[in-house]
Amino acid sequence: MSLGIIIKKEIKELLTPGTILPVVVLSIVFGSMGNMIGGIEEDLGEKPLIGLINRDTGRYTSFITLFFNERATLVYNGTDNDTGLSQVEEKGGVALLIIPSNFSANILKNTSGVVEVHWVMEGAGIMDSISSGVVDTLISDMNYHLSRLLIEENVQINSSLILNPVSKNQTTVFKGKELPGVSPGAISSMLSSQSIMVPIVIMMIIIMAGGTVISSMGLEKENKTLETLLTLPVKRAWIVAGKIAGSAIVGLIMAIIYMIGFGYYMQSLTFSELDMQKYGLTLGWGDYVLVGLSLFMTILAGLSLCMILGTFAKNYKSAQTLTFPITGLAIIPMFLIMFKDFETLPLIGQIVLFMIPFSHPMMSMRSLMFDDYLLVIGGIVYVALFTIIAIAIAVYIFKTDRILTGRMKHKKDLKTFFTRIKAYRR
Amino acid sequence: MNAIEITDLVKKYGIFPAVKGISFQVKQNEIFGLIGPNAAGKTTTLRILATLLQPTQGSVTVFGFDVTNESSRIREIISYLPEDAGAYKNLTGLEYLEFIAHFFGQGKKKDAIVKKGEQIADLNDRIHTKVDTYSKGMMRRLLVGRALMIDPKLAILDEPTSGLDVRNAQEIRHIIKHSVSQGATVLLSSHNMLEVEFLCDRIALINNGYIVEGGSPSELKEKYGAKNIEDVFTQVVK
Repeated sequence: MSLGIIIKKEIKELLTPGTILPVVVLSIVFGSMGNMIGGIEEDLGEKPLIGLINRDTGRYTSFITLFFNERATLVYNGTDNDTGLSQVEEKGGVALLIIPSNFSANILKNTSGVVEVHWVMEGAGIMDSISSGVVDTLISDMNYHLSRLLIEENVQINSSLILNPVSKNQTTVFKGKELPGVSPGAISSMLSSQSIMVPIVIMMIIIMAGGTVISSMGLEKENKTLETLLTLPVKRAWIVAGKIAGSAIVGLIMAIIYMIGFGYYMQSLTFSELDMQKYGLTLGWGDYVLVGLSLFMTILAGLSLCMILGTFAKNYKSAQTLTFPITGLAIIPMFLIMFKDFETLPLIGQIVLFMIPFSHPMMSMRSLMFDDYLLVIGGIVYVALFTIIAIAIAVYIFKTDRILTGRMKHKKDLKTFFTRIKAYRR
Repeated sequence: MNAIEITDLVKKYGIFPAVKGISFQVKQNEIFGLIGPNAAGKTTTLRILATLLQPTQGSVTVFGFDVTNESSRIREIISYLPEDAGAYKNLTGLEYLEFIAHFFGQGKKKDAIVKKGEQIADLNDRIHTKVDTYSKGMMRRLLVGRALMIDPKLAILDEPTSGLDVRNAQEIRHIIKHSVSQGATVLLSSHNMLEVEFLCDRIALINNGYIVEGGSPSELKEKYGAKNIEDVFTQVVK
C-alpha cells in the first residue's frame, strides 16, 4: 500500500508535460527522418539506372547487350560518351558503362575484358553509395555469367582469366570533380571522417556547452542568486552575453576533453587510405576560416537557444530536462548527414536540415571540399540571423517579469518588445 | 524629493492581482517598514522597486527615476536583499563580495567596498571559506554585508534578519541603523513586529494587495490604543 503511494508520487513528479513532450516530438522527428533517409530496400530491389555504350562488335557483344537489358534500366544506350554521361546525370542514373571495341577480342587473347565505369555520385553519405553497390554487384554478376559462358563454350584461355574475365576501369564524377581510378565507395570511405567525426564533434560541443548554459540558469534560480544579479548595475544584454561566453568556453573545454578520447577510439578504426590531396580534396586557409566561422556562429546560436530554454528552468533538475530539445536538434542533423548528403535528401529533408542551425558546420567541410560555397556562406548568414534573433529574445526575456515569474503577457510584451527594438535602433 | 513615490500601483500575475492600487512615499534618510501577512503583496512591491518586476498600472519612482523607463539608473543607486537570497556556492565569501564590488568600482574604490562588506559581514576567517560551508546565519550576514557595503542611496531589505538568532539579528539591526546614519534610505519588510518598531521611522500595513494603514509606530500605537505594533497589526489585519 505504502509502496503504491510512493510509486504514484514518483510517477506524478516525473511524468510531466515537460518530460513527455520532448520524447513525443523526438519520436515523430526520428520517424520522419527514417522516411527521408529510408528506401534502402527499394534501392536494393530495383533495377539500377545506368547508361550503356557498347562498342564491342566481337563474340560476346550480344551477351553484354542482353545481360544489361535484362538486369538494368538503361537510361542511355548509344555511342557518345558525353551525351551518355549527361543523360545518366539528368535521369538520376548511377553510372555510364562503356564496353570498348576490343572487349571480346581481349578475352579471347587471354586478357581481361575491361568495362569502363563512369560513376555519377550524388552524395557521400553512408546510404548514398548503396546504388553504386548495386551496380558493382551487377558487374560481378556479369563477370560470373560470362565466366560460365566461357566454360560452357570451352574457350581455351588460362584458368584464372576464365574465372574472372571482366575487370573494371572506373572513374567517379562527384560534385563536378572527376576522380579517376576511384569508386564511390572509396570516396565515401575517404570522406567518412567528415561524415562521422565532424557531426559528432559538433554535436558534442553543442550538447556540452548548451547543457552548461541551461544548468547555469537552473543553478541561479535554485541558489536564489538570480534576483541579486538582475538588480546589479549591469546591462541585461551583458548578463546574457557573459553567460553565453562563459558557457561556450566551458563547453568547448569539455568537448575537447571528450573528443581527445573519442579521436583515439576512431583512430583504431580503419578508413580509406586514399590520398585526398591527390584529388584536390583539401581545404585552404579561406575554407578553414569559413568552417571556423560556421562553427562559431552555430555555437552562439545554440547557446542563445539554450539561454531562452534556461529561462524556463526552475532549478538544476528541471534544467537537465530542458537540454533534451537541444540534444534532439543536434542529433537529427548528425544522423541525416552521416547517412545522406544535403543534395540527395528530399526537399523537405533539405529544408529541415537547413533550418536546424547545428547542421551547417557539420556540412561545411564536405561542402567546401567540393567548392559548394553557396551552401556554406548561405548557412553562415542564416545562422547569424538566427543567433541575432535568439539573443534578442533572450535579452528581452531577461528584461521582463518572465525571467522570475515564468509568465508572459503575450500581446503587451510583444508590443513592448518591438517598441524597445525601435528605441534601440534610434 | 522623496526617495520613493508610489502612486496607484497595480501588479497582476496573469489575471491574479497581487497589488491592487497602493500609494505611499518614503522620505530620504528614513527607515520605512512594509508589513503585512503572507501573500499581502510586500515582496511584489519590493521587487517592483528593485526593477525586477514591471508594474501593471500606476507610477513608481526611486529618487525621481521611473522604474519602467529608467531602471538602469535605479540599479546604480539601490541595493536589494531578497528574503531567501543565496550566493554562488563555489566562491568564498570574500570572492563573492569582490564579484559584487566589481560592478560598483575599480581599484581602491573596489577595495574599500570589499573591506566594508567584510566588516559588516564580520565572518572573521570564515570569509575565506566557500559559501557552500556557511550556516544560514553566516550566509545572511554575508548578504547583508553585500547589500550595504556599496553605500546604496536606497536599501531594499526583504526580511533582513530572517533565520538569524537573537544576537545576529540584533547586530544586523544596528548595522541597518548605522547605514541610515551614514545617509542611506531603507525600505524593509518584516514579520518581526518588534524589529519593525525598533527600526522603522514610519510603517505601512499592507493586506490583500491594499495599504490598510500607515504612520509612525508611535502614531499607530496611539491610534489603536495598543501596547506595541504587534497589537496594531492584529487589530488592523483581522
